Amino acid sequence: MKDFLISFLSFLDPQWINLIWSLLQIAIVTICLILTVVFLVYFERKVIGYMHARVGPNRVGPKGTLQSIADTIKLLLKEVIIPDKADRFFFLLSPLLLLIPALAAWAVIPFSPEFIIADINAGLLYLLALTSFGVYGVILAGWASNSKYAFLGSMRAAAQMVAYEIAMGFALVGVLMAGGSLKLGEIVAAQTGGVLSWFWIPLFPLFIVYFISGIAETNRHPFDLAEGEAEIVAGFHVEYSGIGFAIFFLAEYINMALISVLTSIMFLGGWESFFAGIPFLESSVFSFLTEPSIFWLLLKTLFFLFVFIWLRASFPRYRYDQLMSLGWKVLIPITILWIGVECIMYVMQIGPWSVT
Amino acid sequence: MNIIQLIKKLTLIDFIKGFIVTLKAFFRRKVTVQYPEVKTPLSPRFRGKLALMRYDNGEERCIACKLCSAVCPAQAISIESEERADGSRRTTKFEIDAFKCIYCGFCEEACPVDSIVETDIFEYHMTENEQRIQTKEMLLATGDEYREQTIENKKKDSRYR
Ligand code: SF4
Ligand code: SF4
Repeated sequence: MKDFLISFLSFLDPQWINLIWSLLQIAIVTICLILTVVFLVYFERKVIGYMHARVGPNRVGPKGTLQSIADTIKLLLKEVIIPDKADRFFFLLSPLLLLIPALAAWAVIPFSPEFIIADINAGLLYLLALTSFGVYGVILAGWASNSKYAFLGSMRAAAQMVAYEIAMGFALVGVLMAGGSLKLGEIVAAQTGGVLSWFWIPLFPLFIVYFISGIAETNRHPFDLAEGEAEIVAGFHVEYSGIGFAIFFLAEYINMALISVLTSIMFLGGWESFFAGIPFLESSVFSFLTEPSIFWLLLKTLFFLFVFIWLRASFPRYRYDQLMSLGWKVLIPITILWIGVECIMYVMQIGPWSVT
Repeated sequence: MNIIQLIKKLTLIDFIKGFIVTLKAFFRRKVTVQYPEVKTPLSPRFRGKLALMRYDNGEERCIACKLCSAVCPAQAISIESEERADGSRRTTKFEIDAFKCIYCGFCEEACPVDSIVETDIFEYHMTENEQRIQTKEMLLATGDEYREQTIENKKKDSRYR
């Protein structure tokens, strides 16, 4: 597609072509993300419905597929209410502060060996920085609303996100050591080979810890203390209506997809096929099944998204002190321990990585 | 914390058990009734919208004895009565506050002349707050409208009373 662009716009400077190409990629990814969210809302309601032995939405459109479009239109048409005593500037800014990092983080995600918006050297660091940026949006939203419930919610969110950030960071250190690079593309490349050479086996505890802290980072069930409907109404976004609420919603789901895609990239071999490395398949007509492609990445991401929703359908919410003690007393020690184990494995040359 | 508990926690056994429960439910047959198109069967004893009944000759049954309003736990019924021209005692005002009523059916039990009844109508609504007060005319009209099916329901149920 880029070749086509180059030939089509050959009268332009190559610099300009690169710029246009980047903008095009950004547009594609953003639109796909928003469509993903639309799908995800429907998917979540259907899956939770099925797990409750109901059928879920089935009225709008065939089998209810247009339900989330109807929801979106409803939300966009609603009146935006700004509380009288709220800080208007921050009140309107904070949904964007949550949404922008959520979208920006996708710039370094390698969807396939070729398709990546910005192949920067410090991809992993960039991701860590941006995912922790989201907490500002939450805190500011709670503070600017000038409501006690919203403020309580944002305080909870702040403490929780900071606590789980650490466990997440340590888990990423493990991935970094195994992959030997901060570039996400190279981390995937380090996992080439079959299912057995993906990092989820040598880094199994880190894999679990990363996913759990990812759930806590996105404020999803069972760690959605920040919105705990039962105690503090809706937490930090209690005062938002209409499109403001829709943006919070969008950011939450985009973050969910981000965590899922990152987990697949860092622990389940990204675009690598499930069937790669099976000699029987590689030599037969099914060899296309062993090819790496974006399809595998999407499949793995979908699985993790399903787990997100599955969790929500299965478990009650944590108590706040339990949440904190899980983060500080369980997840962080486990990650530190496993990094130690990994160091030993590295030095003794056990495991899939090799010292070069 | 003993060692078994520790192992249980670290292997997330309880979580896996929980996951299995919901996964089983995921594949279970769904029991949702597609409501407006499909309806669940109603018992003849179903207690729905209130109505006042008439005799076959069109005379209203109610004799203004006020037993129903006395027994009503929600105090939803208010009655005023006067002597009619033919010398019989009749209500001049018979109002039920549909928001107060809890559809317990005590009024129906208490009525000596089977005047006040509960039909099996449950799909009705009001668009104004004032409409919650069901006047005597409205109640009689409801009774006339659903007369046959109400009588039939009461007959079906009478065997068990
Ligand atoms: S059904 Fe019960 S609550 Fe309703 S009017 Fe009759 S006695 Fe009162
Ligand atoms: S409806 Fe029945 S119980 Fe109520 S006042 Fe009339 S006759 Fe008496």
